[in-house]
Amino acid sequence: MDNQKQNSSLVDNRFPWKHFVGYLLSVVLTLMALWITFSSGFSLSIIFAIIIVLAILQAVLQLLMFMHITERNSKIQTGTMLYAAFIAITIVAGSIWVMSAGHAAH
Amino acid sequence: MDHGYQQHTNTNAHLEYQSGQGRLNILGFWVFLGAEVALFSTLFATYFVLMHRTANGPVSSELFQVPSVLIMTFLLLTSSFTCGLAIHEMRRSNLKGVIIWLVVTLLLGAGFLGFEIKEFIEYTHEGVTLSTSAYWSAFFVLTGTHGLHVTLGLGWIILIMIQLKQRGLTPTTTSKVFISSLYWHFLDVVWIFIFTGVYLIGMVMHHG
Amino acid sequence: MKWDQFFITDEPLIVGAGISILLTGLGIIFVLTYLKKWKWLWNEWLTTVDHKKIGIMYILFAILMLFRGGVDALMMRTQLAVPNAHFLDAQHYNEIFTTHGTIMILFMAMPFLIGLINVVIPLQIGARDVAYPYLNAVSFWTFFFGACLFNISFVIGGSPSAGWTSYMPLAGNELSPGPGQNYYLLGLQISGIGTLLTGINFLVTILKMRAKGMTLLRMPMFTWSTLITCVIIIFAFPILTVALALMTFDRLFGSHFFTLASGGMDMLWANLFWLWGHPEVYIVILPAFGMFSEIISTFSRKTLFGYKAMVYSMLVIAGLSFVVWVHHFFTMGSGAAVNSFFSITTMAIGIPTGVKIFNWLFTMYKGKISVTTPMLWSLGFIVNFVIGGVTGVMLAMGAADYQYHNTYFLISHFHYVLIAGTVFGCFAGLHFWYPKMVGYKLNERIGKWCFWIFTIGFNICFFPMYILGLDGMPRRIYTYNASDGWTELNIVATIGAFMMGIGFILLVYNVYYSFRYAKREQTGDAWDGRTLEWSTTSAIPPHYNFAKIPEVTGLDGFWRSKQEKETENVEYKPIHMPSYSGRPFVMSAFLFISGFGLVFEWWAIAILGAIGTLICMVLRSFDYDDGYYVNVEEIQKTESVYKEV
Repeated sequence: MDNQKQNSSLVDNRFPWKHFVGYLLSVVLTLMALWITFSSGFSLSIIFAIIIVLAILQAVLQLLMFMHITERNSKIQTGTMLYAAFIAITIVAGSIWVMSAGHAAH
Repeated sequence: MDHGYQQHTNTNAHLEYQSGQGRLNILGFWVFLGAEVALFSTLFATYFVLMHRTANGPVSSELFQVPSVLIMTFLLLTSSFTCGLAIHEMRRSNLKGVIIWLVVTLLLGAGFLGFEIKEFIEYTHEGVTLSTSAYWSAFFVLTGTHGLHVTLGLGWIILIMIQLKQRGLTPTTTSKVFISSLYWHFLDVVWIFIFTGVYLIGMVMHHG
Repeated sequence: MKWDQFFITDEPLIVGAGISILLTGLGIIFVLTYLKKWKWLWNEWLTTVDHKKIGIMYILFAILMLFRGGVDALMMRTQLAVPNAHFLDAQHYNEIFTTHGTIMILFMAMPFLIGLINVVIPLQIGARDVAYPYLNAVSFWTFFFGACLFNISFVIGGSPSAGWTSYMPLAGNELSPGPGQNYYLLGLQISGIGTLLTGINFLVTILKMRAKGMTLLRMPMFTWSTLITCVIIIFAFPILTVALALMTFDRLFGSHFFTLASGGMDMLWANLFWLWGHPEVYIVILPAFGMFSEIISTFSRKTLFGYKAMVYSMLVIAGLSFVVWVHHFFTMGSGAAVNSFFSITTMAIGIPTGVKIFNWLFTMYKGKISVTTPMLWSLGFIVNFVIGGVTGVMLAMGAADYQYHNTYFLISHFHYVLIAGTVFGCFAGLHFWYPKMVGYKLNERIGKWCFWIFTIGFNICFFPMYILGLDGMPRRIYTYNASDGWTELNIVATIGAFMMGIGFILLVYNVYYSFRYAKREQTGDAWDGRTLEWSTTSAIPPHYNFAKIPEVTGLDGFWRSKQEKETENVEYKPIHMPSYSGRPFVMSAFLFISGFGLVFEWWAIAILGAIGTLICMVLRSFDYDDGYYVNVEEIQKTESVYKEV
């Protein structure tokens, strides 16, 4: 059929570099988080800050390398995820702050 | 033809984006993932607020074990990778490749789930359950919700594989595979935060 | 569980209500059987995926719930009219304010607005239906069955009685034993699924299915407000889902999230509840804002003033609505930093709202205003809503809030925003789009009587409550002493409440009267409208909405095309439409069964319902029904019939 001919121009026969790079970087980031937690000797708060940043990096990696967020409706998809990040920070940081301040902690 | 958006076809695109309904479904699923972020954020917020409230019971660092958590992490991370390869094969119109990588993904996912169940059973033997303390309630519900998502994902991908066998790679089936792959990658994203926020922090919290 | 505990038999009012429900139900079954309408009901309504029909079902259900919530309100006002009354006892009073609040917000305001959104939005953007018609049916039926589960509580097993906010530890097992609170948790959980799916559905519909030429900044304001509402729904409702699930775990499976024992935090529930609850306030007000914008513009014969300012205001509201939640519990005492932060954000969110009020006023400025019933409700909204808004700013100040908290001042404030905002909006929208749903207008004379009686009654009922609140009358008390000095104002408030009841009866009478006597509309343009929903050839659009999808060249698209008066010979093409399905109904019924099992902790029933739900989902996965085509002859036939009329 006609369709299939047109498709063939889209067929992606290249080696899936994006996936391999994404996977390798994810492994590296995971191991780094592990090392920083148990062997770096940093103070707790610095450990937390670094490993949370590493986790966020790895999440972004998944979105870009595996989930094709930049395809098609990239603006809506990226907008959704950015707003979701805002909501996530509000819920998590907000709840921790509100529930640990003043009399609320008791 | 005066079609609604659902019927607009675009043959100059990857198969999963060719039908209007396929494109709508993929976009709608991205929006749904936004809702899932809010859902898991609420569970994380609950977990962090209750993190120190162990009611004189066991604390996380007494029970968490690095090797088992690390194996789970790599199982799920690798399954996310192989799921990506399945999509890559799909875009090469290689049905066999899609099926093979999806099967590998399922096996890795099942392995993850096995380790998680084993971990829960061990904790129960140590006397730690949902009702031990606020902390453990939050732990079990957060990780359990993720585990339930993985379980549903396994069942869902199996259903889609049956449809692939029946119908081959069509605009409809490929959009389904693509959507389930988004779901699967998303579960790995959630796990990254569980690995970091629950396990890594939990293991050093009460040592420092 | 014994059977005499299963059916509530010790309370004459409830037994009476139970019997009347039973009789009404039997009556409906009899009429349907007698008129042989069962098949019609199933084929035309229960299996429909048509957004217009789904919208009408939402609205009908909302009016039914308005009745029930209203009866609850009148019973409370009767009990409070005089000191030391014995009309209701304390427990029954607690149950009634709980069901009143829950029903009015979640099962009246939400479906009323979502119903109007369903009817109007696809027409307003020039679409054949929503992005996911099947999912839309799932939304309605999960919502419907969830609401039913909540509603049956008062005759089977007993109502929840911990307030619509269900604060812990009051809502825990120790202080709220029995199934009542479980009904609250599961009813809201199941109906919440429907609301979340509606949010996703309409977001994608508005973003991807607009008619050619309708850019984002040419969308009607109701479409814009719905879009923003959807964003808030998508990110707020999962929070409620989790909060409800956690409390369900506490009650059914012995976890300790919000308990006093084993490290739980009771106030964490309040935190999560309001993390959802405050955005929820904007979910129920923004669509109303959108409707007022359409109505005021239409009946002022002017384009909306400050269109872009309106859009940006709503975008700001979408962001800010998620960072004000703590103002609901300033008195928890999170300290100066937390309370100051949330005071400031709360006052800040008043700014975009104020901007919108000025825009409406300037839209009317120098307009050719015609005071129809929908316009009357909109004008009433502006005046009364401002009173609610100003007292809201008073409550926003953390330090001052310690005085107002838990008093009738607060009660009055949120009724002034929710009734004058949301309910007036629903009534305005109902009158405005009624001809689009049924083909004739509601009677204007009765409509205006209804408006005046309801609005005057509303002010007589709620304005005294500000003063009662400042006099120290706490909310949620079931009686008071004569020596408290609250008697006179309470009598006045009760009189006002009954006037609102009369207003509601007039509304329902108007529905009947108009059905009998109203002049049927000859065209699709009942009010000389400005937006696309008025451009359909017939008063009630055919199931495919538009024989030919219109093209839009600017804001107020239909108004423009009317000015240009172009007549074109339309050449019809086959139209693709989605198929009806009974599965959403069946699946939601299974969810109801599952929920009912969980309420009574009858695990076998709960599991059975869950399995049924899953089977329906699997069947859906294998469903490759691609819809059908309406052929050209049928379109020609439909369109010509309409044109002759």
